[in-house]
Amino acid sequence: MFSSEQSCWFIRKVICWRAAASIAWAVLLLPPSTAIFVFLSKFSVLHPIQTISECFSMLTSATAIFSFILLCGVIIMVGFLNFEYYTVIPTIACSKIALFGQLLHPRQLVNSLVHCIMGMIVAWCSAVTIGFRYETLGHPCAQTDGYHQMCLNEYHLILLLGGAFVGFSHSLLGVIHNMNYVSFHTVQQYKYLRFKGCLPLVVRCSATQALYSVRNFIVVYYFLGHIPRTWICKTLNLHLGSSAHPLDSIAGLLDLSLLYHLWISATFLLFTWYIMLLLFRIFLTEGYSFPVQSSFTEDADHCLPKVLTEKQPMLLKFLALQDLALLSQHSPLRRCEVFSLSQPGGHPHNWNAISKECLSLLADLTQRLVAYHDTVATNGRAKSLSSGSERKTSSETSGTEDFMSPRPTAFMKTPASVFARSIAGGQQSPLTAPFTPDLDSPFMSPALRRLAAPVEQGSPWYGTVQSPHIMRRVPKLWSTSTDSQVNGSPPPSPASVPSDKQEPSKPSFLAQFLQNRREQVLKPCLKLPEASSQALFADSQAHIWALEGLSYLVQASFSEDQFGVVQTTLPSILSCMLVLQEAVDRHFKLPHASSKPVRSTSSMGDSTYKTLRFALRATLKTAIYRITTTFGDHLNAVQLSAEHQKRLQQFLEYKE
Amino acid sequence: MCSLALFPPPLPYGQTTVCESNNELLSGSSTEDQLKQDFSPPSLSFPRESLKLHSRTENSSKAAFLDHSETLWMRSAAAWRDGGLTGLLNEITNSHPHVPKWLSMSSGCILALLRWVSSFHGSLFPHLTLSSEDMIAEFSQVLNWSDCVVRAFAWHPHTDKFAVALLDDSIKIYNPKSATTPTLKHRLQRNVAVVQWKPLCASALAVGCQNCLLVWHVDPCSLSTRPSAGCAHVLSHPGHAPVTSIAWSPSGSLLLSASPMDTAMMVWDVAAESCVPLQRVGGGGVTFLSWSPDGSHVLASTPSALFRVWETRMWTCERWPCIKGRCQSGCWSPDGSRLLFTVQGETVIYALTFTNTPAVPSGTSKGPHAAVVVADLSETTFNTPDGDIVVGGEIQSLAWDPRGERLAVLLKGDPRAADRSPIIAVFKTRVRPIFELLPCGFVQGEPGAEPRLMQFHPNFRHGALLTVCWSSGRITHVPFYFLSASIPRLGPSGSPTLPHVQERPADFANQSLFTELIS
Repeated sequence: MFSSEQSCWFIRKVICWRAAASIAWAVLLLPPSTAIFVFLSKFSVLHPIQTISECFSMLTSATAIFSFILLCGVIIMVGFLNFEYYTVIPTIACSKIALFGQLLHPRQLVNSLVHCIMGMIVAWCSAVTIGFRYETLGHPCAQTDGYHQMCLNEYHLILLLGGAFVGFSHSLLGVIHNMNYVSFHTVQQYKYLRFKGCLPLVVRCSATQALYSVRNFIVVYYFLGHIPRTWICKTLNLHLGSSAHPLDSIAGLLDLSLLYHLWISATFLLFTWYIMLLLFRIFLTEGYSFPVQSSFTEDADHCLPKVLTEKQPMLLKFLALQDLALLSQHSPLRRCEVFSLSQPGGHPHNWNAISKECLSLLADLTQRLVAYHDTVATNGRAKSLSSGSERKTSSETSGTEDFMSPRPTAFMKTPASVFARSIAGGQQSPLTAPFTPDLDSPFMSPALRRLAAPVEQGSPWYGTVQSPHIMRRVPKLWSTSTDSQVNGSPPPSPASVPSDKQEPSKPSFLAQFLQNRREQVLKPCLKLPEASSQALFADSQAHIWALEGLSYLVQASFSEDQFGVVQTTLPSILSCMLVLQEAVDRHFKLPHASSKPVRSTSSMGDSTYKTLRFALRATLKTAIYRITTTFGDHLNAVQLSAEHQKRLQQFLEYKE
Repeated sequence: MCSLALFPPPLPYGQTTVCESNNELLSGSSTEDQLKQDFSPPSLSFPRESLKLHSRTENSSKAAFLDHSETLWMRSAAAWRDGGLTGLLNEITNSHPHVPKWLSMSSGCILALLRWVSSFHGSLFPHLTLSSEDMIAEFSQVLNWSDCVVRAFAWHPHTDKFAVALLDDSIKIYNPKSATTPTLKHRLQRNVAVVQWKPLCASALAVGCQNCLLVWHVDPCSLSTRPSAGCAHVLSHPGHAPVTSIAWSPSGSLLLSASPMDTAMMVWDVAAESCVPLQRVGGGGVTFLSWSPDGSHVLASTPSALFRVWETRMWTCERWPCIKGRCQSGCWSPDGSRLLFTVQGETVIYALTFTNTPAVPSGTSKGPHAAVVVADLSETTFNTPDGDIVVGGEIQSLAWDPRGERLAVLLKGDPRAADRSPIIAVFKTRVRPIFELLPCGFVQGEPGAEPRLMQFHPNFRHGALLTVCWSSGRITHVPFYFLSASIPRLGPSGSPTLPHVQERPADFANQSLFTELIS
């Protein structure tokens, strides 16, 4: 399906280097943050000078250097986990049960365990660094008979357990807040400036998150603290110190200095991890400039038109689309290359490939929206789009690969690929062939039926999804949703599109079991209302760039396109955008679709995906306006269907 | 260099400027003398008496109720919610009998310390001590903002509708093609400093006000005269208030907002309601923003003698220290190559030239090294039949028409001297092949009315159309009819046609069409 050597090229030459650079910078930033931590943990108001001298002697001691090496190892491990788990398309759980399923996924369990251990390591390092009463796990204590034996140092233990707890809750919150989701900024900035701008946020987030985690940990320790304590005592043959009161009592926990040290070490732990995450995101989303065309054939795979059509890794496609949006906006020279003709032959290969890919992306989204709306309209409720496990029936599974970018080879494979087929088709409408016998079947989806009807090639509707108004008139002949899922068009879940390093939807047995049960019993109370709408637009950043790229290129073509290559595609671009506009408008009329999520500012989890649908709607409108404003009344000469003409006239009169 | 001495003298008392035609400013004795045009936007008037002003202030509402009998905890929580840390400390300090003495003492000490620190900060940047209303008045482009009936005005970039923000915190939208006049009111919409329509969109209107930024979605097809508050998105960021200036990117994708209290300039993604702060500490705030029409640069002035020019590709900035005062106003030529700006305390217009080098693929721009003075607007005495009239002085704001052929300059005048009222001076400009600035004339209104705010219509077909809001609450439109020398940028069908010459008064019809240069 995809050329493996090319993705290898990109992963090997770009992504790996970016990840390595981010890890290197995080390690370089470790000494200053450790120094600040040491200073804060040892600070005492009464003896400021003594604090400073203590800090210096601490930082140069052998244990400090050893723990520093340990911390470096932890940072590298965190960076590696980030690299392993990152995704540019968030996984959105549509119900609380699905979220629970995600949390219990084996891969996630491994992640949590590793974070737990790393949290404990960092906590050990901070315990050693703070020194004082936290330094060792055991301490010699004198019993009544004068016999010296080792007693348990509960202060050390509580710090270690606290670290493990914070690490564990970090990994849980990572799933809940989609912390592995890497979003792209709307504003391009240099890496240093972006890092500087985000640093206060990281400090604030780590401090507040540490506060909450420590609070939760104290509650847990108050009730369950005796279990690990007795277990440690038993295995390591330590005695409980009888002198001080145990720490899982109210009097023991109300120790301000203990709470402060717990909090400061949790803050330090989260701060180093967040810095790693921040650097990773910044490095990964940095713009990459692909050449539009190359004079050497061996570099042809690295060129923008080729790279755009790639599906793996997802990041490559996103970066290519981002580059397209930027070049169409800012660089006249590279636009010129896009509009150029091939050197023998005189074909606008670059423009054809780019526009075809963008249009197929948009048509795919339109189809997804229409199918979703259809499902909702039929059943009165939305079908969950969570993990795609329930509808992975044999015939459709192969189709999911094609959804993002269909190719002519996969053309007649599945119904799914029919929907996503590219617009600029020179093919002799072969899509009727595999489905003609089915046309009378009552299980035929209206969408499919409509597409299967012969579409005349010359009409501007050819190759686009037709107006949903027509769809609505078609009688719905089935009632249960499963039928429509099997026979009709499954709403392609963005979560089921395999992205790089993302587990291709194999939820654990428990999750599957629970998902099956959920329909009857738990659905009303556990459904997250907005989530299905969010899931539908989860990868819409790609569509936003495609819209921007196309509209800017069309705008520039008004004065820059010497050969008129854009004119030939203008009708299909316009009709594609108008159809999408109609589908988006209809989607926003559904309940919950237009409700805005609560903005959370103090979280490292990126919630950009929650508002992508609004951004898409605004971008789409702006894109159409950009074309109508540039071309003005000339658009009346463009061949479009009467309905689209009418719609376009609304835009020309600024009434949308 | 162009100076006011080259200008034709101001009109005699009682005459108002009607339009420019055949290279000459025509005057009439009253505003009803308007020429017949095929496009005439409504000339509006908002008498001060017609506005219902509310005299509520948010902070004083507490005193209107009976004395609090809540517990200390409740009051502290309420104070924390309303006034933050200072509010909490104030509450603790003021409730003597309920709190232990050491607590009230210590909170009083902390409060005094905070005030001392903030006063120290305020002595570095004196504008921080102003109240937010005074701050808007100080940094607004509107002359004498706090006393102004029309506080903000914005033409829609593509159509003939416009928005007017009034003294009573409402915004009215006028569209010559529709009978309905939507009135926008919102709980948070107080002390509107600036309004601007989103480009490449029919409905979105951004409003910068005292506490936040609002983005209204006014459906052009809706018949409702009072769109609900649900049509407005509130964009706010802690510490980013009052908003004194906003600027949409010409591509309509981003919105910039600036506050003199905040050293960061916000780049909003309005649909996602998210913002990216662009922080630069020097200057102590951002007061005025202007996005170049080609989208490549943004002018951001600060309350100190310093302004910045950002390039919008990677969002880096150039610092431009001024000698005398802060940058008061600025405007860009239509191709974004030239920036005109004025400095507070000086009576000249400076120009900066930016050359985009297309050879560099990253689109970086090579900035100029120094600003040049292009016009001198120092005080000049004109001998008129009514006596000597002194014109000139500091500049409040600049406006350049979208074709780059007329430049309007709002001169502050001197409020203490009766014969030096504010006036608008208009220059003829040419950007290509070389930058030229020629005098055109003064725009004057009815007797006693002072210009407060001006804006050019973004796509007037017959030349340029200057909209002026007067202190009397009147909004008038002064057309400048001319044939554009350059190809119009907006749309291919926008070739300007002369209005019907035969409908003009006969005595002007025999004037030559030739452009005579005075300098």
